Amino acid sequence: MIALPKPKPEVLARRDEIVAALRAIVPGEGTISEPLRLKPYETDGLTAYRMPPLAVVLPTTTAQVAAVMRYCHQHGIRVVPRGAGTSLSGGALPLEDAVVIGLMRMNRILEVDFEDRLAVVEAGVTNLGITKAVEHEGFFYAPDPSSQLACMIGGNVNMNSGGAHCLKYGVTANNLLGLTFVTPTGEIVQVGGAHLDAAGYDWLGLMTGSEGQLGIVTEVTVRILRGPEGARAMLAAFKGTEIAGQAVDAIIGSGIIPVALEFMDKPCIHACEAFAHAGYPLDAEAMLIIEVEGSEAEQDSLLAKIKEICARFDPISLKVAQTAEESVAIWKGRKGAFGAVGRISPDYLCMDGTIPTGELPGVLKRIGEMSEQYGLKVANVFHAGDGNLHPLIMFDANDPESFRKAEAFGADILKLCVEVGGCLTGEHGVGVEKRDLMGVQFARHELDQQRRIKTAFDPAWLLNPHKVFPLEDAAA
Amino acid sequence: MSADQIAPHRESDIAREVALATETRTPLAIEGNGSKRALLRPVQAARTLSTRNLTGITLYRPTELIISARAGTPLPEIEAALAGKGQMLAPEPPDTRALFGADLPATIGGIVATNLSGPRRITAGAIRDHLMGIRFVNGAGEVVRSGGRVLKNVTGLDLCKLLAGSHGTLGVLTEVTLKVLPAAETSASLGIRVPDIATGVKALSAGLGSPYGVTGAALIPAFCGPDGPANHVAFLRLEDFAESVAYRGARLAEALAPYGDLRMLEAEESTALWAAIRDAQPLGAGDAEAIWRVSVRPSAGPGVAAAAQAAGARCLLDWGGGLVWIAGPATEAMHAAVVAVAAAARGAFTLFRAPEPLRAAVAVLPEEPAALAAIGARVKAALDPAGVLNPGRMRAGL
Ligand SMILES: Cc1cc2nc3c(=O)[nH]c(=O)nc-3n(C[C@H](O)[C@H](O)[C@H](O)COP(=O)(O)OP(=O)(O)OC[C@H]3O[C@@H](n4cnc5c(N)ncnc54)[C@H](O)[C@@H]3O)c2cc1C
Repeated sequence: MIALPKPKPEVLARRDEIVAALRAIVPGEGTISEPLRLKPYETDGLTAYRMPPLAVVLPTTTAQVAAVMRYCHQHGIRVVPRGAGTSLSGGALPLEDAVVIGLMRMNRILEVDFEDRLAVVEAGVTNLGITKAVEHEGFFYAPDPSSQLACMIGGNVNMNSGGAHCLKYGVTANNLLGLTFVTPTGEIVQVGGAHLDAAGYDWLGLMTGSEGQLGIVTEVTVRILRGPEGARAMLAAFKGTEIAGQAVDAIIGSGIIPVALEFMDKPCIHACEAFAHAGYPLDAEAMLIIEVEGSEAEQDSLLAKIKEICARFDPISLKVAQTAEESVAIWKGRKGAFGAVGRISPDYLCMDGTIPTGELPGVLKRIGEMSEQYGLKVANVFHAGDGNLHPLIMFDANDPESFRKAEAFGADILKLCVEVGGCLTGEHGVGVEKRDLMGVQFARHELDQQRRIKTAFDPAWLLNPHKVFPLEDAAA
Repeated sequence: MSADQIAPHRESDIAREVALATETRTPLAIEGNGSKRALLRPVQAARTLSTRNLTGITLYRPTELIISARAGTPLPEIEAALAGKGQMLAPEPPDTRALFGADLPATIGGIVATNLSGPRRITAGAIRDHLMGIRFVNGAGEVVRSGGRVLKNVTGLDLCKLLAGSHGTLGVLTEVTLKVLPAAETSASLGIRVPDIATGVKALSAGLGSPYGVTGAALIPAFCGPDGPANHVAFLRLEDFAESVAYRGARLAEALAPYGDLRMLEAEESTALWAAIRDAQPLGAGDAEAIWRVSVRPSAGPGVAAAAQAAGARCLLDWGGGLVWIAGPATEAMHAAVVAVAAAARGAFTLFRAPEPLRAAVAVLPEEPAALAAIGARVKAALDPAGVLNPGRMRAGL
């Protein structure tokens, strides 16, 4: 279990006064303090951890966010920013003495410009909401986390979220132009704009993926892209993970960068097939879903090239979608992977390390051994093009011992990722979940360097102080 | 260049030199091969610390799309290694030797420290988007790592982005890891003779907003340089497998026909054209002239170009109209005009090249609002507590 900083008694004691002051800034429904109504805010996508906050405010303007931040800064009150609360690393987990600032009511689309290929949106607009606002002209917002129906752009910016198509289109950081954010001391700042590569330090880049440590993002300018003429997927199943890995290398080595290149191991194939009946080959040790884009003829030609490459690796099955519907069928199992694993085991931890892609076979073998050792089942999905591995560790939440083991198993996997040259997290963030593992990836002085930069933004460590950095740093 | 130059062969020696500089409060000018020494403001330092002897590719995994190299490795060496495997640095950093009159090529560390990207930036991203990992020496003389050697990594604050484009003021980069991509089988370009710049930028926008995967979108105005074309010409580039380029070229030509007379440039001509645009050659900037880069939203490009022309300068538009290269008289009045037009367009300017007196006299980058400037000063102090790394390079007094 992860420790949380001690609540400040002087803040807890002044709760009523604080709520009244917040209500004066964000009136009516916008300030929440009744225990029952705080309940939905006590956890996020990492549901094993819960903590009701002191209060929740749901501002509707940047000015309100700034006023709340100024008040909290003046009174030494901790603040936890929150988007949709889908973080899988406990990024939105509150503290007992903290005010949660929820951005969900800031959900307006402020500007869409197809000529300049950008949209300006408030932080609480959902990821899919952006695409919905531009798709009538054939445009889309590229990063597509599986949680895109719910998660919000402010959360995406702070987690630097990725998606199945980021091999071609990049992650959130590569698709942003500008931000408006409120500093921990309550000042409103704009960085970037509607143009590329703003001169000066790359504040936009530093803010992206900062996990709510440096400021509260209220507005985001994103790039929007024209969609391709079409897209189609194929499925390739192999007798071993090593062979599948070689096929991935051969595809990329041939100069083709597919838009998506997803890998599933045997337990994952079985779980997904039982759930989605997508026609996945149950005798395969590993399966790839490969998607390409372009005109019908371009898709045909690329898929033919990839099929020819895969054929060299003794595949069990090769299935090229002939139509958009067949493509959807191939994706169906993969897209439902989390739900499918959820059916086998009601509780699972979704891990998120990255490894050099060449290390995959060895890493999967070690994970298999650990699975036996811990007595917990695991299924692996892998963004094969970019090395981002998602082991889903199944456990029983009603059994504290099972949860403890699952956490230890997860930590061992992440240590392994670092050991083979990768990192703790590819897209889900450090949050509280991986906070205490930061010392595995970084040396003391490297963490101190990051900590000093956090302090440059947040001198009193009031913003999300229990995340990312080992706890002794937050207290210091 | 200052008289006293040190160029260690080892990272640990760089760390020692920086620690010593901080201890003795001795400012250091930081450079690689010094090919962009005349970029931004002149640095006041008695000592120069160069990474030029810190060379060599340390890791190259073509199938993992990753290359690592020590900071002093010359860019051509990296490009040659990548070309050997049919790969490239997608942001196509410019070769600024001609602009700066430098003999030696850029080092990879210098390219990252200046975050300089070429035409493909509009669709493929900037150098900073392809920077996956760094090692650098901070002001205290500590070797710090950020990122790594994998393509997806959100562990901790992203110091790669902070250091990219920080012009050696926050740390001395000692090793960088970049994402690489396959080079396209072939390329071709469409040249469109347009009646005016606004129409040209509209054509570029239409191309970039098409589903055909345009990878370069530039406009050479008739008043671009001494050897400028007779008419304004908008150029759009396609790069892919040959059959795709042929197909998309035809579709794009169809879609863009309403904007003006079209001409197709085949692979060789196309490649030469984009190398020239990348290096701002069409500007034909004279030795005594200053050069600015102004970044704005693309639709504001024509206004910037018109204002620059009215003030007596010439320009070249890249990034779909969003990057305006300007060449003109190296005077404070001309600089003020560029600053004003960039501000009016809510964009950013960089005084890219100028004689030293002008670079020392004016702000070479836009001022930041007070709240951000205060954070900037604290971040600088968090990395370089004694302020010894390239003082004054980006802003006076910082
Ligand atoms: C089923 C499922 C699938 C998922 N799939 C993916 C995936 O494919 N790829 C991926 O990358 N992630 C995925 N995630 C993780 C999650 O959806 C992302 O991290 C997402 O970006 C979080 O957005 P949110 O709005 O829910 O943010 P929250 O969870 O509310 O917050 C995330 C973090 O950002 C901070 N924050 C939020 N908004 C702001 C703001 N405006 N200003 C400052 N800080 C802020 C919070 O304090 C917190 O630290 C998945 C999650 C689930 C539950």
